[in-house]
Amino acid sequence: MPANRFNGYTDLGIGIGLRIPHYGHILTKKPTVDWFEIISENYMCDAGRPLEVLDQILEQYQVIQHGVSLYFGSTDRMDRLQLKRLKELVKRTKTPFLSDHLCWGSVDGTYTHDLLPMPYTFAAAKNTARRVREVMDYLEVPIIVENVSSYAEFHVSEMTEWEFLTEVVERADCGILLDVNNIYVSSKNHNFDPYEYLNNIPHGRVGQMHIAGHSKYEKYILDTHDHPVLDPVWKMYAHAVRKCGPTSTLLEWDAHIPSFEEVHREARKAKKFLNAVKDRKDAAAVMATA
Amino acid sequence: MTNGKTRQTLGELRELQRLTGAVIMRPLSRQWRMRRKWIDDRDMRIVAGEFIKPNDRLSSFERIEIYNKQYWFRLIDSFYGDFPGLRAVLGRLKFNRLTCAYLTEHPSRSYTMRNLGRNLPQFIAKHPELAAPRFDLALEMARFEWAQVEAFDGPARPALTVDDLLGKDPAKLHLAIQPHISVLKLKYPLDDYAIRLKKSGLRGEASNAIEEDAPEKPGRKRRVLIPRPKQTFVVVHRHDNSLYYKRIEEEGYRLLNSLSKGATLVEAIKSAFKGDPDPGLVREWFETWTELGWFCKP
Repeated sequence: MPANRFNGYTDLGIGIGLRIPHYGHILTKKPTVDWFEIISENYMCDAGRPLEVLDQILEQYQVIQHGVSLYFGSTDRMDRLQLKRLKELVKRTKTPFLSDHLCWGSVDGTYTHDLLPMPYTFAAAKNTARRVREVMDYLEVPIIVENVSSYAEFHVSEMTEWEFLTEVVERADCGILLDVNNIYVSSKNHNFDPYEYLNNIPHGRVGQMHIAGHSKYEKYILDTHDHPVLDPVWKMYAHAVRKCGPTSTLLEWDAHIPSFEEVHREARKAKKFLNAVKDRKDAAAVMATA
Repeated sequence: MTNGKTRQTLGELRELQRLTGAVIMRPLSRQWRMRRKWIDDRDMRIVAGEFIKPNDRLSSFERIEIYNKQYWFRLIDSFYGDFPGLRAVLGRLKFNRLTCAYLTEHPSRSYTMRNLGRNLPQFIAKHPELAAPRFDLALEMARFEWAQVEAFDGPARPALTVDDLLGKDPAKLHLAIQPHISVLKLKYPLDDYAIRLKKSGLRGEASNAIEEDAPEKPGRKRRVLIPRPKQTFVVVHRHDNSLYYKRIEEEGYRLLNSLSKGATLVEAIKSAFKGDPDPGLVREWFETWTELGWFCKP
């Protein structure tokens, strides 16, 4: 199941996000890394240092593009200039597939630069799926959509989040980037069982997984990406890879970023869970050694 | 159908996103909280309750407030990343106030945050009270720092070499300046000031992380004295993909300015110098500028 039509039939292993504080280390030490994820928007520029670094990385590594501004759930028309620039980058990186979020973030041409939660309605699912298809047609690469963490829910919702995710990906015929940490965060913020979520999505459409750390506050959990992955998330991850198969996985660490080695070490913990599924080992035994 | 209600239409989805967007992008109170009253003077708790579900720990107001705060914290943080010198000039509170006023009038219209500050110099010029009593310095700093954003990753066209210019008739030769380069006439020596700020550690790395607290409070950083006025001519450019500020002479500024406005080389040199130009000096400038890749075909 790991290599499927939603991830361009790739089985990449464990990746980490390409972040500025690590540029020097990566370019000089050339560490062994399965793949790097880039934030597309950081490289959708005309010229300069970002593209120079990207080209050097591309000489050595597989790069997968992850976006934060397609806003599949918005009701605006797609920005053609944005798509054109994104396609130029797709050609440059030769990313076998591309991911962005199941959210909205702009309205009437004004951008919030946030990943805002969707109202889980059929109209929203239909609109979102149409936009995913439009982007796939234009970019000519498979797309996987990522579930976001959220802190608010709309009265108007007509279904659960996982039903909405399923409705969108089946209508669009696209894949899922399953962010296990986001499910955990949202489950705490909205009082649902995260395993019910994991059990009730189309597992065959999962093309990649994300894991990350979060921060607990008195009344809610915030998706901060500034910690190692916490135990409940590893546990859910183990369950997810049992359901979906050993899927290529990325560790997100976007704030208070430690050394490259520390981030890479944390990411490589996921390998034990992937191998356990391959070897049919018990998750609890893996947790004890992770 | 769900709960006996009719399903949401696409038009209703758009209206819901308009309302949510308006709530999220509305300026915060002085205490960095969501405002208590909506634009029509209704209690914001009632307005939020109409479209956001509460849970067992947070009211509808508190839940949407998380997004309202995140919006402003993220954008102010991004702005600080692009305009650290402006914040040093104005101080944290005035900088935050200016940023909020600016983004209220000029919310982002682009998928990238890179362009957020494009209209800031014009905005400061229009609202001098927001930068008082350092209006002049703030305006100049905004121009200088926006030029750096442009130079960092703006477009570059094939650079002309010295060989490209050899044998050309200067009376007919037109040269364009690279689109990512800004040739600035400043009232303050902001190039020196920016370097002192960087050395003092006042410029922090921008972060996209979600922050729970209000935009960064000042830590223990060495204070850098505000510069005294001194007319300065600076070219903000990049070379080998690194950002540089190059100080130039007033005549050099006039020359480059004329060229960028479409003058021929002879016309530009004539307009740059009050008397007869020193041919050796002009040649030296052109050799340096060409080597730095500043010129391209118009």
